[in-house]
Parts: sequence; structure tokens; C-alpha cells
Amino acid sequence: MAYSDKVIDHYTHPRNVGTLNKDNNNVGTGLVGAPECGDVMRLQIQVDENHIITDAKFKTFGCGSAIASSSLATEWLKGKTIDDAMAIDNMDIVEELALPPVKIHCSVLAEDAIKAAINDYRVKNGMQALESESHH
Amino acid sequence: MISLPIYLDNNATTPMDPRVLDAMMPYFTTKFGNSASRNHAFGWVAEEAVDYARGQIAQLIGANEKEIIFTSGATESDNLAIKGVFEMYHDKGNHIITCVTEHKAVLDACKHLERLGAKVTYLPVQSNGLIDLKQLEAAMTDKTILVSIMYGNNEIGVVQPIKEIAAIAHKYGALFMTDATQAVGKIQVDVNTDGIDLMAFSGHKMYGPKGVGALYVRRKNPRVKVTAQIDGGGHERGMRSGTLNVPGIVGLGKAAELCRLEMEQDAKRLSALRDRLESSLLEMEESYLNGSKEHRLPHTANISFKYVEGEGLMMAMRDLAVSSGSACTSASLEPSYVLKCLGLSDDLAHSSIRFGLGRFTTDEEVDFAIKQTKEAVNHLRELSPLWEMFKDGIDLDKVKWVEH
Repeated sequence: MAYSDKVIDHYTHPRNVGTLNKDNNNVGTGLVGAPECGDVMRLQIQVDENHIITDAKFKTFGCGSAIASSSLATEWLKGKTIDDAMAIDNMDIVEELALPPVKIHCSVLAEDAIKAAINDYRVKNGMQALESESHH
Repeated sequence: MISLPIYLDNNATTPMDPRVLDAMMPYFTTKFGNSASRNHAFGWVAEEAVDYARGQIAQLIGANEKEIIFTSGATESDNLAIKGVFEMYHDKGNHIITCVTEHKAVLDACKHLERLGAKVTYLPVQSNGLIDLKQLEAAMTDKTILVSIMYGNNEIGVVQPIKEIAAIAHKYGALFMTDATQAVGKIQVDVNTDGIDLMAFSGHKMYGPKGVGALYVRRKNPRVKVTAQIDGGGHERGMRSGTLNVPGIVGLGKAAELCRLEMEQDAKRLSALRDRLESSLLEMEESYLNGSKEHRLPHTANISFKYVEGEGLMMAMRDLAVSSGSACTSASLEPSYVLKCLGLSDDLAHSSIRFGLGRFTTDEEVDFAIKQTKEAVNHLRELSPLWEMFKDGIDLDKVKWVEH
């Protein structure tokens, strides 16, 4: 199975790899997946007082598509409000990266990571966690 | 100059030796006869070539040429042996013993027979990949007609104690069959000293062509028979009908001859290269060898690089053709059943890479492979949240993972 050029680009030059201080109040962290399933994503956002995401970082254990999905997610998150970010759908990632059907779970994981990071931030800052429609 | 990508997946298939191709060529064109044509020169020439190949193959494994049955490959040979023995000997008993790390051709043939009334014992393996001989002996009953244990494992290269297994099978009156696809032509295999009654192997794992293989079927002490699974013209002493693949058989014969002459040197050279590759990679933190270090094929190394995922890793090893026990592409996402049977946790199984060296692997290629593998592992560990957590001293077994 050949990877799309965009997957290869994100995989070879991953954007925004790194770690934010998870103990800071303005940082939300989402850690999803499990080692025994072959993929774990950690996505972090830094949010300003207007609820705008000013920075995003990721680290991912997984295949090329999982790495590319999370790299793309961090690019999309920067500059968005947390409400707009909540609306990112896994199928947008599938489309952008031209993921084949067997790799759709990678995009689902990225969406889950985004939502988990936002909810972590919300709860830390006295807001309610938002329910998300379940993909699984 | 080395040419990229580098092929290090010789357990999947080997390139054909050019000398094999040379031997085969005339049998596609001028010497195209059907070896079953008894009444003209075209047939005689083909038959002579097939007989010659039978001799070359028999010599490699210490057999008599009449004991070689040509097939389309090891999968067919496995099926013919297991199903054919069950059908031929089911009056004597219905019990078959095999092992959990066998190739799917053996496991699925056994599963098929279970639906037809066979009772199958799937022996577990120890953490080094070897079966426990005491467990084998304990599983033998007076209904056991066949013990089928592979010679060398395709994923981890572990070589089972074949002689001892055969002796136990025979002690209880059962036949011993082995899938020796990865072993024949790589290490010394002798059907008489090993005590093998049936043995499957294939051309394309020993620098011969694809689409041709053989089943060794013992003719003396005891005389073994299998019921044909493909009916027709009664070729191959009635055990496998179908016009013989003459060029393929000539190629298998030539490949066997080359292995007989060069196997010892090849094995010596490859095990030194493999050891170099392996020890360099095992110098890396949190990397683990899978399967027995002592009892294994000379050209195979299976290594888990903890905290990186195999498929992602292979993508970073972009100039190396290897394979992984991770199966992120399959719908099930299940990692290698062979590695799981060794007791490896799923995350280590997902982190495994199999290196399969071969006759045409060079020193320079191995050096390149070491360098690129190390770079890839380091690159992916920089990206891995698990590596970071490990480095921070977090016990990953105590983390509550959100499975998806």
C-alpha cells in the first residue's frame, strides 16, 4: 500500500512535535489510544484568555498515517477558538491526507485527541466537558 | 555503490539465482515437452529433466529421488501432507499434534480437518519459541496419527528440536511431518538422520522460482502414503495429478544443487553478518531479540524496538525492505500471532521488525541497514509519547489507556 504525498510529507517533516507543560492551567492535554492497539496520540493545546488556541504540540506512537493525522491536527488547531476546534471532524483529516479505509481509525484517534485536549482545558478552567458523538 | 532499496526480507521470498534462470530457460521454449508424453522425443527430454531435478533435490535432503512429489509450493505440500495423511490413516486414529506458531497453511489445514472429525492438539511454545518435548510426549495418544512441527520458523527463525520430536512421534506410532520451507537449503536437513516422514518445502525460499515446491514422502521404514487432494492423470505416483511444471521443477532442482554446494559457506557468512546487524541494533536501549538466540536459522533476526510502532518504523527505514509483526494495515489491528505466542505483550509485538538476510546480501548493505534502522528508531522515539513517558519514569502498565 502506497502512502499519499501528504502523509509522507507530514511523516517526514512532522509539524509541532513536542511537549507543553501539562500542569499549566492554560494547557489542555489529550492522551488517547493504547500501546497494545499499536497507536497512542498525545495532543496538547495552549489557549489564551479569548479561548483561542495559540500553540499546539503532539507526540504519537503509531504508523505513518497516525503520525501524519496528529501532525495535521496541530496545524489546524493553531489560531482556532476551542469551539471551532471542537468541530473538526475525522473525515476532514481523511480527505486532506487521502487516507485509505484501513487507516480511517488514525483520523478518528486524532479527532478524539483534539476533543480530549479541549475538554481537559475546559475542566481545568471551570467549564463543563463537552460530549462528543462517538465514532466507535 | 549500493543500490537502494536494500532487500532484507528473504524469509518472504528470495531473488532467483541467475544460474537457476539459465537452467530453466530452454524448458520454456525449445524443450517445452510434457514430461508425461511417453512416445516422442519432446516428452523424453522433459521427463529426463524432471528426473534429473528429482535427483538434485533428493541429494540436498538425503532422500531417494522416488520420494519427491512435486507441487505448486509449500502451502500445497502442507495441505497434501496433512489432509492426505488424515484421509489415508483415519482408520488408525483421528488425532493430530501441531504447534501454535506454525504457518497458516498448517494451522488452517488442521482447522479444516477438525470440521471433518479430527482432534487437533495445538502445542504452546516457550518464550524462546521452542516447543516443550515433555508437553509433546504428554499429548501423544494411541489415536495420534501425525505430528506436524515446522523446522525453522518464518518470523523468528527458531529451529525446533526436529530429531527429538520425530523420535517421540515414532515411539507412539505416529508419522512425523515438518514444514521445512525456511530450513531446506539454509541449514543441513537430512530426512534420515532427522527421522522425517513427510516434509514440505518451496522453490522461492531457496533462490529458485515461485510456483513450485515439493513434498518429501518416505517410501521405506515406514512406507508412507497420502491420499491425493488433486485428482486427475495420476502423476507423481498418484499423489498429485497435473501436468508437471517442467521449467519450475528444473529451477527447483538447480536451486537445490546450488544450496547443497554453497549452503555451508552462505550460512557461515550470513550468520556473521546477521550477528553484526543484531548486536549493533541490540546496543540500542530498550531493544529486544525475539526467539531463541541459540536455536535458529543463520540469516534471520527479529527485534522489537520498544516504544515505536513497527509500521511507522518501516516507513522511516525507507531504503530497507523488511517486515514487521505489527499489522496496522489489517482490519483487525492484531499483531503477529507468532510473537504473541512467545508471550510478548501486544505493544512489543507491534514494535517488531524482521530482518531476513540472503545469499545476495552484502556487508555494505548490512552496514547501511544498521545506520538507517538506528536513525529511524531514534527519529520515531523523538515523536513517541511512550518513549517520553518511559524516560520520565512513568510505569506504562499503570496508565489507564483509552482504547479505541
